[in-house]
This record gives sequence, structure tokens and C-alpha cells, in this order.
Amino acid sequence: MNKPIDRTAIGVPTPLVDGVEKVTGQAQFSADFYPNDALCGVIFRSPYAHAEILELDLTAARALDGVVAIVSGDDCPHTYGIIPIARNEYPMARDRVRYYGEPVAAIAAIDEKTARKALSLIKMKVKELPAYFTIKDALADDAILLHDDKPGNIERDVHNEFGDVEEGFEKADLVREQTFKCAEICQTHMEPHASLAEWDDERAQLTIRTCSQVPYYVHLMLAHTMELERNQIRVIKPFVGGGFGTRTETLNFELIAGILARAAKGKVAMHLNREETFLTSRTRPYTEITMKIGMTKDGHLTATYCNAVQLGGAYAGYGIVTILYAGALLQGIYDIPAVKYDGIRVNANVPPSGAMRGHGTVDSRHAFECLLDEMAEELGLDPLEVRRRNMLTVPTDTMNGIKIMSYGLDECVDKVELESGWKDKVGQLGPGRGIGFACSQYISGAAKPVNWTGEPHAVVNLKLDFDGSITALTGAADIGQGSSTIVAQTVAEVCGLDIRKVRIIANDSAITPKDNGSYSSRVTMMVGNATIDAANHLRDILLVAASAKLDARPQDIEIVNEMFRVSGGQDEGLPFQEVVEAALVDTGTITVKGTFTCPPEFQGGKHRGGAVGSTMGFSYSAQAVEVSVDPDTGQVRVENVWVAHDCGYAINPLAVEGQIQGSVWMGMGQALSEETRYHKNGMPMFTNMLDYRVPSIVESPPIHTYIVESIDPNGPFGAKEAGECSLSSFIPALVNAIYDATGLRYTELPVTPDRLVEAISKKQHRDRVAAARAAEATGAAE
Amino acid sequence: MSSSEQAPRLLSMTLNGRVRHDAVGDNILLLDYLRETCDLIGTKQGCDGGECGACTVLVDGKSRLSCITLAAECEGKSVETIEALATNGKMSALQRGFHEKLGSQCGYCTPGMIMASEALLRRNSSPSEDEIRDALGGNICRCTGYVKIIEAVQAAAEELS
Repeated sequence: MNKPIDRTAIGVPTPLVDGVEKVTGQAQFSADFYPNDALCGVIFRSPYAHAEILELDLTAARALDGVVAIVSGDDCPHTYGIIPIARNEYPMARDRVRYYGEPVAAIAAIDEKTARKALSLIKMKVKELPAYFTIKDALADDAILLHDDKPGNIERDVHNEFGDVEEGFEKADLVREQTFKCAEICQTHMEPHASLAEWDDERAQLTIRTCSQVPYYVHLMLAHTMELERNQIRVIKPFVGGGFGTRTETLNFELIAGILARAAKGKVAMHLNREETFLTSRTRPYTEITMKIGMTKDGHLTATYCNAVQLGGAYAGYGIVTILYAGALLQGIYDIPAVKYDGIRVNANVPPSGAMRGHGTVDSRHAFECLLDEMAEELGLDPLEVRRRNMLTVPTDTMNGIKIMSYGLDECVDKVELESGWKDKVGQLGPGRGIGFACSQYISGAAKPVNWTGEPHAVVNLKLDFDGSITALTGAADIGQGSSTIVAQTVAEVCGLDIRKVRIIANDSAITPKDNGSYSSRVTMMVGNATIDAANHLRDILLVAASAKLDARPQDIEIVNEMFRVSGGQDEGLPFQEVVEAALVDTGTITVKGTFTCPPEFQGGKHRGGAVGSTMGFSYSAQAVEVSVDPDTGQVRVENVWVAHDCGYAINPLAVEGQIQGSVWMGMGQALSEETRYHKNGMPMFTNMLDYRVPSIVESPPIHTYIVESIDPNGPFGAKEAGECSLSSFIPALVNAIYDATGLRYTELPVTPDRLVEAISKKQHRDRVAAARAAEATGAAE
Repeated sequence: MSSSEQAPRLLSMTLNGRVRHDAVGDNILLLDYLRETCDLIGTKQGCDGGECGACTVLVDGKSRLSCITLAAECEGKSVETIEALATNGKMSALQRGFHEKLGSQCGYCTPGMIMASEALLRRNSSPSEDEIRDALGGNICRCTGYVKIIEAVQAAAEELS
């Protein structure tokens, strides 16, 4: 009863509801707000990677004409950080700096020139300390500690075992182990960091516009570090130019902007340049992974063991979560009877790492899928067939306590096999050309928020007024992924209204309900469900109003093309506007609320760290990548990609495709060209977009994209995640393709031409030596 | 956020079809002139100079990076920005293509991407896929993987043909 006859607003490719602003230049990002009376805010950064601050002399800078305020670590004695139990970072360093570029002080001046001149007048005396930029150096016995409460410079270590791993390896016919090294990756969103902080000294109120994925965290951290009541703060998220995880955590510049605006008693525009934006990125950490897999000769997995060491950086940041994720998602994709994981996150003198698209899971998946490919070959099995033999049957519970209700991986594998022409290509493309395959999964929202308040996971408000339009108020942060469009489509679908009559007001803490933000691919699942709940309330109200006029029971009325009519009846029915007017009698403007709460049984296992990885639904991806490799130059060209992604149900197929293609392509950057490196003094080498090699359109491949819909019972209309999962499967599929093309199993990322050409020439040398020895042996035998 | 040490001089150009005269220092970048003097904030800065293409505008019909172009170089020239493309309140074919094909996700590279595409379509109304790739080789997008950007430009070219 009351189900829409046809889905008119969902399941159809829908351009973004805020897309017109973007293509016409009207969209205002944080740096586009620059009132005439705003001051220019700049940050004084440490030129040392590790040092004790002996003296910070701000006198000359303060005396400069045009300087309005200077603040430093002395102005903020509170640490901040995303994990409530691990806040060990000051917005501006106090006593000690732990990475090159760490903020030490900040200046607000009448213009940029004055502010930069004042920067040059700041004098800092330090005692330099030994600095560590590698896992090995930070873990050395004689290394000094970055934090006194973190012995051995181990920020976090986590260990868990499910099932009997030892027994599993004993049962295996083949056990293989391999170590993989994966470079640090920077999000490199197109919009450099920017905030406009406005301090109203008369009312003691702060308004900040900032480029955040989670404005709510910024709100909490500003209150905490500035010792303000939360009601003294208003956080507005304008258009945001991407995030990919870096803007999940509150970042130092946002807090400094607030602190500086209050000190200046005015408005401060804080615009970080690209170099500073690189320094202020919560990267995917450099990771060393040792993966061990046991398999029977017919390809059934018996056990896996994973050891991950992450170069976490100078502060805790997201640390515990990142290192837990690297182990948690070993499960939930294949049927493995025993899984063991040891993870260590190491403190070192590089900027803190954090959440990047596929948070913590990408490098472990890479290692697993590469090793699986190698073992399949050793056993003479087709790598796709090996995956098929280890598929899950749903519904099921993983050993680490995650319920899986839908599973489209088998369909993804079939689709990619067919579309890529896998069977006619693998091993048959000839020298210099190859095809590789891999799978991945990802969560549809972390089931447990980091700040546990007892509130629902998501709240959406809807307003219906005399004009017959619906305004949706949401705190969900659209950063380009299209979450506002999902909300609009959902309201339109449930209420039977044209999407053009649904307005979205998002991300102003003074107006919109609190939302936990855009991270862990939670928005479609959680905000989508809350929107359905709200829209159902509104629909019920409208049906009751219509029932009186139509002289029918509400449950017998349907809404088609904005007309309310009795199901199966011949009457034309009542126009939407007329029903709205009837509904408003005696009550006026109607506001309703919808909520969504993850049931406790979906909030993860009871073991320590069990909340990480817990989710209402896993998305799945399978991918084939075809490459050509020039053995003389080491140049790898991605010729074609076929990717199938199980997103449950595609509410907006256009955006789902865009998300899948974007993540595949971002995986390509990580696989082939992107990496962060540091000079001997800890200064990052690649803080611009020429040296940090994001792929250009010239070398980017066609990406054939197939949507698989497994209809998850938890998802809004069955929908799950679409924007992260397909990054992970690209990387191992590419490396497996390079093997198919060259016979070389390469274990380091990125596979840059210099690395590959060296590896190929070493392999050629080994092959020649082996051939010569074999010839010698044959000769001797004769 | 620029500030000039040099005494400003009168700069005349045709900006989005209108003649303007502004007092501008010789060291002011075209990007800062557009954003700060003219309030045309549609043109974006994505890098520290010539790396990403987000600031692309047209100077005498050719694509230029406004972040490494001095405003003074445009004396007497015609400059066009993203704000000029819509006519009579309607999006241009390229804008419609980027909107409807989802050539734009976060939207930050979009003005530069569209202006670089505009320069391409003015000199080549039916570009091949390779020609589109060549023309946009200096414009970085971090969201789309470029697949739908190519589709957007192709859709616009088709509409215009």
C-alpha cells in the first residue's frame, strides 16, 4: 500500500542539484568569501622537523604597522584531535615541534604583504632533536621518543585473531608470504584549504566558513580549543572542492583562524597555498604489509595472516582507527576460516597521516589480492575461479562480528569477466601487454560514530509550506559526491513531488540539524534512511489531508505526477498544491523530522576495536585492468579498465558512475605515480602538483563501468556505498596486469618507470643467469 | 590577497564583453585582478602557479592561466571568464554538457576546465577524443577520472554542430 507505482525520482540519472552553480562560476567556496574589512591570516611554520622551542620572539612582528594580532601556542593550551581518547596535538606547537611545517604562530594583518613581512620578523630559537622519517629509524632502540607516553615511538599496536590460524595454515596445500611497501599518498583535492573566521566581539560569537567534510567536528574542536560554549559558534560549510578524507578531521588552520579572529576582534581570511595544503593533509600513511595466505590445491582459502606497519606521523590523529581498518576488512569479502592481524602505527617526524578514501583498507587489500593472484597461478587456477570458490553466502556474520545482508561480488566477477574478454586475454596478449584482476569491498558508513552521544546516526528536517514546495534541511556535507542530490531525489520520490520543487539547505549549524558528516561512505546509507523517514512522515500527513477530500482511507491513496488519487480509481484526483493547502489548515507550516539509528547488532564485534569495520552493508567491486608496458622505459600505460561495483541500488546512477570512475582513477594515481617523499631535513619534496604526480587527462584510460544492484535490506531503497570501494581493487589489478605483461611480480607502490625499469633489468639478468646455468647443466649431463 | 608596491596605472581591457578601466599595479596577476578588483570569483586558484589549470580564462579567445599572467599584459585585450558563458540566463552548451553529463563533481576545477574546453571548441568545433585530451592536458580534476569530462565536451560539440 502507498508505494509509488513507478520510481520517478530515484534510479534515474540525475544531474547534481547544485550543479548549475558549479558550471556557471556562481558556486562560492570558502576562499570566495572575502569581506572588505577582513584581515589576512598567515601561519608561521616550523622550519625544523624535530626541535625544542627555546624562545619565540614575536616583538618585532607585533610592532610592524598593519599587524593586528599575533597568536602562538601560548594562546591555546588545549589539544585537539578526532579521537576523543587520543588528542595530543596543539593547533600551534607549544614547547616542541615535531614535523617540518608544523604551525607555531599566526598573524592577522591588513593585507598579505604586511602579514608575510611580519612572518619574516618572527624569531624562533630552538634546540634541534634527532628526527625520524622512516619506520626503521623511528623504531630504532636508541631513538628518542616523540611523545613520552608512547614508548618505542609506537603510537598504537593492535592484535587480533579469529579462528585457528595455525591450524588453517597446516591444512593448506600452499602457503605463501610476501611483503609489500606502499607509498604515502596525499588527497590533493583541488581546492586549497581556506576559512573565513568572523569574531563578533560585542556578542562574543564566532562564525566560521570552512572547507570541512565534517563541520560538526570543527564546531566541537573550536569550542574545545577556544574555551567557548558551543552556542557561541556557528559553522557554515560553503561549496567544498573535494576532501577524500583529509577534511574529515578538524585541521589546524581552521582552529587557528578562529583563535586569530578573536585575538584580532574581527574577521580573518585564512587561505593556505598549495604547499601549505600539502603540509596540512592527513595522508594515507606509508605502509609496509606482510601478507600470508594458506590455500588448498583446489583454491579454497584456509587462513590468512597480515602484519601492517604504518608510518603514522607526528601526532595521533585518526591513528587507532586507521590501523584497525587495515585488519578489519580482511574479512567480509571472502570465506576465510581463520584470520590473524597485527598492526602497528609508528610515530615519526612527518605530518600526521589519517583517513584517505578507502581508509586504512587499501594497502592490505592490495597485498592480499596480489598474493592471491600469485598463488592461483602457482596452483594452475584461474584467478577469477579462485575468488568464486571463496565467495560468501548471505546473510552471514563475519568472525569479527559484522553482519552482511547483501553480496553482489559474484555478479561483479561475472560481469567483468564477460565484458573484459578475460578468457581470451589473460596470458595471451603477448609481451609488453597484459591484463590483471582483483576484487575489493568497503563499508557503507561506520556504524559507530567517534563521538558517542546516544543521538541517532542521522537527522533530517523537512519543511512544507503554503507554496507547495518542500525544503530539506540537512547537515550532510556535500563535497562533490552528490549527497544533496540524493536527499532531494529521496524526498521527491517518497512525496511524489517533482525534484525541482525540493530545495536543499545544508551545512549551517544555525539552521540545519547536526550531522556526523561525510566520511566512511556513510551519507547515502544513514542520511538517505533518515530522509526516507522524514519524507514518510510528511507523506502520511498529506495522505490524511487528501483522504478527507477524496473520501477515502489514506492507505488507499496514491500520488502520481503530483496528483493524489484513489488507487485504481478513474478520477483525476487532487493536485499537490490543493492537498498542501488542506494539510496546512489549523496548523500552518509543517515541519517534520526523520532519523536513522544503526541497530546495535550492526555496530560490530565485542572484541577490542570491534567497532572499526562495522557497518550496515558492504559494497563490492571487481575489476580488470589492461596495460601495456615498455620494458625499455618502464612506462606503464593503462589501456582499459572494466569495473563492476555492487552499490546495492543506484539511487542516482549518474553519480554512482562518477564515483566509481573517480575512485578507479584515484587508485591509478596511487598505483603508478603518486607518492610523498621527504628530504633529509624532513621537508616534503613534492608539495606542488607537478612533482606530486596526479594523472592528467592525457594518460587516463577509458573506464567501462557496470553497476550491480544487490538490494541491501538496510539501505535506502537498497542502496550501499559507491565512492570508495573501487579504488582498492584497481591497484592490485594493475600490478597483476604488469605481471601478465612482464612476468614480474612487483611489490612496491607506486610502480614508477624508474623503479620498474630497474626491476625488469634485474629480472632479465636473473633470467639470463638461470638460462646459462641450465644450459651448463644440460651440457655437463651430455 | 595581493597588494601592490608599485603605483597603480590605468588598465583598460574588454572583460566579458564590457570595456573596463581600472587602476592596477603592474605586478598584479590577472587572477587577482579578476577576483579582487572585478569580484569575478568564478575563476579559481588551485595551486601556487601554473600547475593545475583551475584559473584558466580566455585572452583574445585563447586559453591562458590567469595565475601566471599579469593583468597589465591584457591591456587592450579581450578577457573572458566563466561568468561570460551563459547567455540570456541560459547555460552555454559546454556548461550544460558538464552539468548534465556530470563532468563536474566538486566543481573547483570546473570553471578552468570549461574555459579550456571553450578555447578548444572555438578553434575546432568537432574535436576527436585525443584532441580533447590534448586540449585539457594542463587541467587537473581530482574527482571524475576525466571520463565524464570527455563526454561533456563531446556532448557540447555535438549540440553546437
